[in-house]
Amino acid sequence: MTSTPLMMGAVAYAPKVVTIWEGFKEYFRRHGLAFDYLLYSNYERQVEAQFDGSINLAWNSPLAWVRAARIAAARGLTLDTVAMRDTDRDLTSVLVTRADSPVTELAWLAGKTIGFGAIDSPQARLIPLDYLRHHGLLAGRDFMARHFDVLGGKHGDHIGGERDAAQALVAGEIDAAWMIDGNHMAFSREGLLAAGTTRILARTQPFDHCNFTVSPGAPAEQIKQFTELLLAMRWDDAEVRPLLEMEGLRQWLPGRTSGYDALMRAADDEQFYDAAGNIIASDYRY
Amino acid sequence: MQATIDIEQLGFDAGAHVLVKHALAALPPGQTLQVRGRAHGWEGQLIAWCRTQGHQCAFARDGEGGGNVATVRRHADSVDGAAGPDTADTANTANTAGTADNAPHAGAGGRWRGALRTGHADPSLPGALAERADARWGLAARGATVEAGSPPIAFRLAERDEVWGERAADLYAQAAAAQWDPQTAIDWTAPFELPDIVEEAVVQVLTYMIENEVAALVVPARFLGQLHPHYREVQAVLAIQVADEARHIDVFTRRVLLKGREPGLSTAGGQASLKTLLDEPDFSVAEFLLSVLGEGTFVSLLHFLHEHAPDPVTRQIARLAARDEARHVAFGMTHLAARLENDPGFRARLANAVQSRNDALSTTSGLNEEVFDALILLAAGELTVPAIAAGYLKVQQLMRDMAEGRQARLERLGFSKDAAQHLSSLHTRNFM
Repeated sequence: MTSTPLMMGAVAYAPKVVTIWEGFKEYFRRHGLAFDYLLYSNYERQVEAQFDGSINLAWNSPLAWVRAARIAAARGLTLDTVAMRDTDRDLTSVLVTRADSPVTELAWLAGKTIGFGAIDSPQARLIPLDYLRHHGLLAGRDFMARHFDVLGGKHGDHIGGERDAAQALVAGEIDAAWMIDGNHMAFSREGLLAAGTTRILARTQPFDHCNFTVSPGAPAEQIKQFTELLLAMRWDDAEVRPLLEMEGLRQWLPGRTSGYDALMRAADDEQFYDAAGNIIASDYRY
Repeated sequence: MQATIDIEQLGFDAGAHVLVKHALAALPPGQTLQVRGRAHGWEGQLIAWCRTQGHQCAFARDGEGGGNVATVRRHADSVDGAAGPDTADTANTANTAGTADNAPHAGAGGRWRGALRTGHADPSLPGALAERADARWGLAARGATVEAGSPPIAFRLAERDEVWGERAADLYAQAAAAQWDPQTAIDWTAPFELPDIVEEAVVQVLTYMIENEVAALVVPARFLGQLHPHYREVQAVLAIQVADEARHIDVFTRRVLLKGREPGLSTAGGQASLKTLLDEPDFSVAEFLLSVLGEGTFVSLLHFLHEHAPDPVTRQIARLAARDEARHVAFGMTHLAARLENDPGFRARLANAVQSRNDALSTTSGLNEEVFDALILLAAGELTVPAIAAGYLKVQQLMRDMAEGRQARLERLGFSKDAAQHLSSLHTRNFM
């Protein structure tokens, strides 16, 4: 085992993050890879750290990937992603209304209030806004947008905004709410959205979620070992399964970058980042 | 033939996944299931569910219904349910080897790979009880299939021979059926008035009995927390024994308070004697000292009080408590009989324990004279020469009854007549 550990960045969006990465650290070290991690309070600082030598790779939200890719491109650097969860691929977000709502078509949302998650949530704000824009609906012009802005900088990983929007939908405060497809089922399981009381009005095209983003200049051999060990984790290994369950996957898959188009468009259209990865959203606090 | 399921109007926000999950579970891994549905947007919901479960999912136009039909391919090797209930059934029929084994069920995948088998719920089935209960079985029901990776929970008492008694289930059932309500089972308003000196004697005897019952509560309670739940019948016996003792402490205390008095005196010798019971770390030895010798002796005392107590309330309490204590003795006897059958050499250990306890208590005064004198007064009913003479004789008879009872139980456990007599004589003069 080399003495210089491979340094990974992760965002502390919930207390369980410590448990998760301590478990991974133990797993990597058990298999001969010196590994350590740094926790960031938000993705913006973490992405910046990928370019100042602090971390060799980062567990990035999709929006963090978009920003990192733009910063790299602006500096003439290449950026790579090595792995993602099976549950990170081909997600969709759904626009949910109450089952008894007269709204049955997107066009009927004119003048209505739609609930969104955190300002920097890919799945509950940016990609939904892109979807609505491509269906001719603009916030402020065609509908009112109400943001349930919980924990800025966490890029919606903290699903509190989606939950608050769902609650507001149930309470009749808003006419529709966006949430990731899995959360729609999760909220129904926990009884927040009682069975049969909501209807899916729209569903986005599939998009991808988090990935492991390699920092420019990261040690190739250690990254390779990291990736191999990650992809070798098996759900039916009782020692490893608790880590996979906490991180919400069955299997690590090779990273891909084909699923971020809608988010890239939204970053431009909503003026969140510029082409060089600078933050231009004036009301963004993190 | 292609497996097909129609979830009709049911959405995945209303339970449709249960139908799909069970239809998939009936298929071998890698096989496909066709799913039809008519709920609004069910296709997207199915995709989202399949993603979380690791299944593949594709859609085509349905020639029959005109809508979409999904083809769901069951994940090859990592699907929950692949060996959930199925594994448990197979394990139950296949596991007849005499002890529960931990071999993974062939074909189990995903969460159930390497799952642990834990015997059978019914203790009479072959292999139901492990000789040693696995810490990784934790709190699971005996007979359940336990996911590998469950946290090991250390129970100090995890050896069958250390704790098991064949009649445990029966004794628990008897105990559960014989629970009595202190409020209604005893006529607390029964009229009586005793001379002060006799009332004080009753209070003193009950004060002594309360502290003995506290010991009889604490000892099984301590072992209860150390006992592997695999031996649930024994766990149940100990639990209801603890409840019995709590009830006895309650009713004895209520009788003490009945005429406005506080509890009486507690001696150093009495507590030293009980402390030796609390200090005994071996379950079998503790059962022997507490249940077979101590509580057995107490049954005689309770019968004595039932017969000779000067008031109806004390007599009723004694009758009911004696019934409970007899069951505690019965469990001690069944456990020790089993242990001695497997390990006859353990008899010497029991004899040594009695001798050691006697040695440890040799410097104490034994049964305190307050209790002894109180028993005489209680049996006498009044402070007159003929009554005291009669009371004294009754207490002497009680001592003989106690000794004979101890000897009989020791002989039933395989001690020779001489050994039984000797050990009985060494038993603490504190009775318990």
